[in-house]
Amino acid sequence: MHMADALLSPAVGGVFWAATAATTAYAAKKLRQEENEKLIPLMGVLGAFVFAAQMINFTIPGTGSSGHIGGGMLLAILLGPNAAFIVIASVLTVQALFFADGGLLALGANIWNLGFYPSYIAYPFIYKAIVKDNPTPKKITLASVLSVVAALQLGAFSVVLQTKLSGISELPFKNFLMLMQPIHLAIGIAEGFITAGVVNYIRSIQPEIIEKKTTVSYKKAVIALSIMAVITGGLLSWFASTHPDGLEWSIMNVYGEPELEQKDNPIVNKLQSIQEKTAILPDYSLPEPEATTEEAAEGWPNADPGTSLSGILGGLIVLLVVAAFGMGLRRFSRSGNSQ
Amino acid sequence: MSHHIIEFKDVSFVYPDGTEALKDVSFRVVHGEAVAIVGPNGAGKTTLLMLMNGLILPTSGEVLVGEVPVTKKTLPEIRRKVGVVMQNPDDQLFMPTVGEDVAFGPINMGLPEEMVIERVDEALKKVGCLHLKDRPPHRLSGGQKKAVAIAGVLAMKPDILVMDEPSAGLDPRARKALINLLKTFHHSKIIASHDLDLVLELCPRCIVLNSGQVLADGKARDLLLDEKLIDRAGLELPLCVQNSGTQT
Amino acid sequence: MEIANSFFNLGYLDSLSYKKSFIHRLDPRIKTIVTLTFVVTVVSFPQKELSGLLSFFIYPVFIIALAEIPLGFILKKLVIVSPFVLMVAIFNPFLDKTPVMELYGITITTGWISFLSIIVKFILTISAALLLIATTSFVGICEGLSRMRVPEVFVVQLMLLYRYIFVLVEEALRMVRARDSRSFGKKGRGIKTFINLAGILLVRTIHRADRIYSAMLSRGYSGTIPQKRTHRIRTKEVFYLIIWVGLFILFRKYNLSLAIGQLF
Repeated sequence: MHMADALLSPAVGGVFWAATAATTAYAAKKLRQEENEKLIPLMGVLGAFVFAAQMINFTIPGTGSSGHIGGGMLLAILLGPNAAFIVIASVLTVQALFFADGGLLALGANIWNLGFYPSYIAYPFIYKAIVKDNPTPKKITLASVLSVVAALQLGAFSVVLQTKLSGISELPFKNFLMLMQPIHLAIGIAEGFITAGVVNYIRSIQPEIIEKKTTVSYKKAVIALSIMAVITGGLLSWFASTHPDGLEWSIMNVYGEPELEQKDNPIVNKLQSIQEKTAILPDYSLPEPEATTEEAAEGWPNADPGTSLSGILGGLIVLLVVAAFGMGLRRFSRSGNSQ
Repeated sequence: MSHHIIEFKDVSFVYPDGTEALKDVSFRVVHGEAVAIVGPNGAGKTTLLMLMNGLILPTSGEVLVGEVPVTKKTLPEIRRKVGVVMQNPDDQLFMPTVGEDVAFGPINMGLPEEMVIERVDEALKKVGCLHLKDRPPHRLSGGQKKAVAIAGVLAMKPDILVMDEPSAGLDPRARKALINLLKTFHHSKIIASHDLDLVLELCPRCIVLNSGQVLADGKARDLLLDEKLIDRAGLELPLCVQNSGTQT
Repeated sequence: MEIANSFFNLGYLDSLSYKKSFIHRLDPRIKTIVTLTFVVTVVSFPQKELSGLLSFFIYPVFIIALAEIPLGFILKKLVIVSPFVLMVAIFNPFLDKTPVMELYGITITTGWISFLSIIVKFILTISAALLLIATTSFVGICEGLSRMRVPEVFVVQLMLLYRYIFVLVEEALRMVRARDSRSFGKKGRGIKTFINLAGILLVRTIHRADRIYSAMLSRGYSGTIPQKRTHRIRTKEVFYLIIWVGLFILFRKYNLSLAIGQLF
């Protein structure tokens, strides 16, 4: 499931962009140190393979509907965590640009959700821990299913958390979680078996592909993970220190009443105040004498109908003007081109 | 002009899985020669070509390019001298635009920028594809891809042009255009192909390979029309001969 | 079929990106920064703000008109990817029923306003991303990334990924056609067949990677791939950037819709 720009706040989007950028830089550095030039063309075509494999649709048993694979865990098994993370990031970049999946601000969060968990958590701590150095078809199947399920569960949880922290959706944390986790459990099991099937298939005809490519050491993965833990820990504590009641609130929300008065949702207010501090437009909502119209808009729930009506009316006029502008511009550019 | 010679001295090659691809292969190609290597699938043609620019090194025996033996140390020099055009141009055109792809070799050779541009334009002009310079490879026809792949190798100004199945996957017109293009090159050429008609048009000399061994080495006109030899090599007579055979 | 369609869309977007309009010729970095500023500004609107967002339509409309991008194509894309956002947003009207006002007897709640706000944000942000790629060739994007100091490994394999999508997707579609021509109805399209097909495709892909690597070596590859640098930022483009960023800040600060509405 792709996170979308429209559900994100700039602060949450920005934090995950930073985390993703840091992980990419780390992975790139590791790969540079490995000096394995052969890996680069392999990474490129395996990224393309993910798209190609998505063209092969299949019937999901029992439902009759069509499914396709995500492929994150498969990449981790074939390439190891660092290369896999970078390939997943590229696949998602192409998807964000060409398939309009999620948007550009959400790209950071999406790379995190679908790239970080399979590469740096599920692969070293579940897949490698089970398969170790002597893979057998049974071990591979077990390891694949468990690691894909874990990666997708973490990813889905991440989506819920990001949505909640952004405060754009009214969906209560608990209910959203109840919606997302089971769906991704089903998807995870299916994709897990497929991943296992493909890995075992390749092993049966060309074992050296799998055996050779999974030599990334356990130790390295642990070091990578701890570095990432420090980074995320830092980010989280930054979050927590800027608004100590934020995390507390979301935990309370999990156990407490699902319905929440959005008006005095502290985390939303707090996040908005972070936005003001961190956004490119630092002063957008500073109270200024001329900005009275905006203040009225922000306090919408209490605004008098007169103001809101003018909002609707003005909005319609703005849209009309924009449309007229576009048509005029197109006519202008056409006539310019035809000459 | 001894540096134009490729020489195989008792070369054998065994793949890591134990397949013996070549066994005691010896031959030499002199300056300006155009030599065809023919043989059925699995005869060892591709292995032979890979040995020529050191993508693999012989298990035993020696490959010489000019006076230089192909070893790990001499690879950069060897690869400058031996230009290989692969069978599938999609594997060879990996850069995002035609111009960048042709520039890949010259840049890696460490040429200065102006010279790279000059080489790219020259090579593309030679194959008649200068107008495609800014196109991405996925927007080219099969024949254009092939021509650009050749330009990418020409831009490195190799002494010897080595081609694997140049006419594979081309439609008749593109194939004809390719043959005419190759006729204009005065390089030493080594062409591995199933397309015996192409061989007859381009290569005076022919080496017949079967099961990793040299079965015959001589004039293409003689060897390829020798029905017994062709049958022993697991090949079929060139189409031009088959047709004329039924007519007379 | 829907997925095969998305491939053809990729080819279509790719072909749009080679047009030669004013927008297409801009430096990719300028376009990327404008797009990102746009997205962040749009997303920074509070949950229950709607009218202020509308002024932002000026940007996608400007690009669509000037770069001659077919509007219908962008709209179709938006509809295709909307389900997840819709699914999440549709809960807002039911969970938040604080009334704001009455219009001809219909009570409008903040829930509906925040729902519409999400939809408008969705349309704006997604079309901005699509318009970026429709007006910038992928080579341009890669050049921009590499000049914005994105690690080389990332850029290079992204370039290769894009190059080989077209090749591998063709290969996959040929396999699918072969499967479908020999399977009847739903039979033969199960997970087992899928695993076999994907497995074969994967092995072929790995072999292809070997051949590409050989081709690279043959032409002197030693670990780095030269990056093209063709664009140079001109003063004109700096103005383009400043004007848009200025407008976005202006629209963010002043609710144009409300101001116009209040004139009446």
